[in-house]
Amino acid sequence: MTKLIKGTSRRGALKTLAGAAAGAASLPLWARYAQAQSSEPIRIGFQQHSTGIGAAYGRWYGRTTEAAVKLLNEGGGINGRMIEIIAEDDGTDPKRGAEVVEKFANQHGCDVGFGTLFSHVVIGSAPRAGELKLPYFVVSEGHHVASGMLNRYTLQPGITDVKSQVQAMAPYVSENLGKKVTMIFPDFAFGHDHRDFFTAAIEEQGGEVLEQIAIPPSETSFTKYFPQIPRDTEVLYHVMVGPAVLTFVKELGEFFGEQGPEIFGFIDSLEAVDISSPGLEFLEGTYFWEGMPRYAQEDQSEHEKFYREAVGVDENGASVSDPSDVSTYAHMFGCWETLHIIKAGMEASGYAGPLDRAKLIEAVEAMGEMPESRAHPQGAKRFNGKTHQVFGHQHISRVENGRLVRVHTTSIDDTMYPDEVDYTTQPL
Amino acid sequence: MEFGPHLILATLEGAVTAAVLALTAVGLSLVFGVMRVVNIAHGEFYMLGAVIAWYVAQMVGGHPALGFVAALVIAPLVVGALAAAADVTILKRIEYDPERTIVATIGLLYIIQQLTLMTYGPEARPVEAPFGGRVELPWFDWFKTLFGMAQPWGWSITSYKLFVIFAAGAVLCGVWAMMARTRIGLLMRATQADRDMALAFGIPVERVYALVFGIGAGLAALGAVLIVPIQQAHYLMGVEPLLLAFIVVIIGGLGSLPGTVLAALFIGLSDGIISVFFSPTLAKILATLLVGLVLVFRPQGLFGTRTA
Repeated sequence: MTKLIKGTSRRGALKTLAGAAAGAASLPLWARYAQAQSSEPIRIGFQQHSTGIGAAYGRWYGRTTEAAVKLLNEGGGINGRMIEIIAEDDGTDPKRGAEVVEKFANQHGCDVGFGTLFSHVVIGSAPRAGELKLPYFVVSEGHHVASGMLNRYTLQPGITDVKSQVQAMAPYVSENLGKKVTMIFPDFAFGHDHRDFFTAAIEEQGGEVLEQIAIPPSETSFTKYFPQIPRDTEVLYHVMVGPAVLTFVKELGEFFGEQGPEIFGFIDSLEAVDISSPGLEFLEGTYFWEGMPRYAQEDQSEHEKFYREAVGVDENGASVSDPSDVSTYAHMFGCWETLHIIKAGMEASGYAGPLDRAKLIEAVEAMGEMPESRAHPQGAKRFNGKTHQVFGHQHISRVENGRLVRVHTTSIDDTMYPDEVDYTTQPL
Repeated sequence: MEFGPHLILATLEGAVTAAVLALTAVGLSLVFGVMRVVNIAHGEFYMLGAVIAWYVAQMVGGHPALGFVAALVIAPLVVGALAAAADVTILKRIEYDPERTIVATIGLLYIIQQLTLMTYGPEARPVEAPFGGRVELPWFDWFKTLFGMAQPWGWSITSYKLFVIFAAGAVLCGVWAMMARTRIGLLMRATQADRDMALAFGIPVERVYALVFGIGAGLAALGAVLIVPIQQAHYLMGVEPLLLAFIVVIIGGLGSLPGTVLAALFIGLSDGIISVFFSPTLAKILATLLVGLVLVFRPQGLFGTRTA
């Protein structure tokens, strides 16, 4: 018998091609980049608070990061390489935070680490990032970066720190609300920053802090702390974090009723919470610090409008798809801006891979003024390369008809303070 | 604030804690007493009660009282049914072996917690109180040499918190009546006294077990529905009540309902008062110290009876 030998037909050739294409698509990732090293993605390790007391922030930090990466990748990525986010949950826990940083450096082969918010997690993770020489871009607000407590590999270029925020708030509080202040804050690093720096700042304005009430961040019931508020308090200053913030503010309202002092809070006490929730009516007429105004203001810039749309946030600061899903709007812009800075730093330093990490740090340290733009929708910023901390405008909003309306914006100069450290003297 | 109002406020706040704690701990104690099962997942049934209350309140809409009343009925039933199902499908299969039930309920704890995180999400969501007027409490004192009545700020409580205290009391009376006066209570007590003898007398022990596990979880859920207009429903909210419930049950005596209620009152009130005058951390330290002392000097608990 003779076998029929098939000739090469057009159909057969097409089949072979299709098969080869399918085969190539199923190859492991490394093989695809074998022919061109530079097309491998930039890996950004995202230390996310998916669970634990920071979970509400973690979710919105995730959405903002996703939107920023989508935008950056559509614009060609970084140096022509796509950005890949590798998110790891740290449980809002310092110990796990350090482990996550190790995983980024050793297991995932990340170029940089990014995105941590809660100050105790930053303080727990940053030393490990320094030892592993992994550039660690935090979005945390704590003063620990600028205080010199951390190391040269930890930077905070996308969000301002508590010290500059409260320093800029103190003049407004003492001039418009009162001089005798009682403070309520969470009992960990972030709250202690508020305690120390606001107390100093209000004394500089001729005011005084009558009482400092520290509350454990995992507390669920608050009325028992309020009797410590002295009777001659003129202004109650509150900042709270964690899943029980709504209870905190509600119980504050129940405690004071119609009477009570002026109230000035950091929006942290109500991030991811609807201002019009039942029980919060008493907030009408009270003041809040906001990093970025949650409700779209009349003079909203085109950049902010673009940013709001890209992340999927409506006029009221809630998710476009679910109006009851309120964002952490006053903080999450930090992720967007930080990612743009990572891109700018990598492109300025010609970053090619982990061996260039030191060059990336130097490139970011060399940054200074950052004008308001699509990359900086919150507003213009000034980065201090020595302290690794950025400075920017702060906002004060007043609750009017259940909406936050901006009543004051500080200048960047209002938020500046003398350097406490020069990280550039540390070896890389 | 002056000492007098301060103390009374602390006591009232403590009483709210105690009321909810009593419901949760009685559920735990009932399950241990009758089934000899240490239910680590008890706090998660509490959390589920709160989360289901939120869902029910969302679905019912209208006046907040409607949603709340619906939740008060539905949440404990659903949670009770879930717990009974867990009993039949898990605990029964491992033959209520003490070590294995602990491991199994730890597993249950994580499964419930993570499923809630995946479906309900990480937010703390509020349920509106059915009513919540602020009750101003007058205070009589000397004001600049003049005796009179004043209403200093903060000197108030909400009517809802008072309701929680009374509602918990009523439910506890109901539980006592069920245990002491009904046939099903009799079956439970018989099973508690001697499982094998109960079986020999034709008591459907397995069904009693499923029922008890369901009732225990349902009580925790009920406590959560009561607390959810004050605190919010959150997927991690079951952790603290579990610890406190264990503290209460150990002090009161495992399986002793009156002991549990008294211990809940004691822990709740002392937690409120010590937190206000000293610090919340000290309150926890003292409660834990008391547990240690009880375990060393009276392992059966203050009101427990020593079992062979």
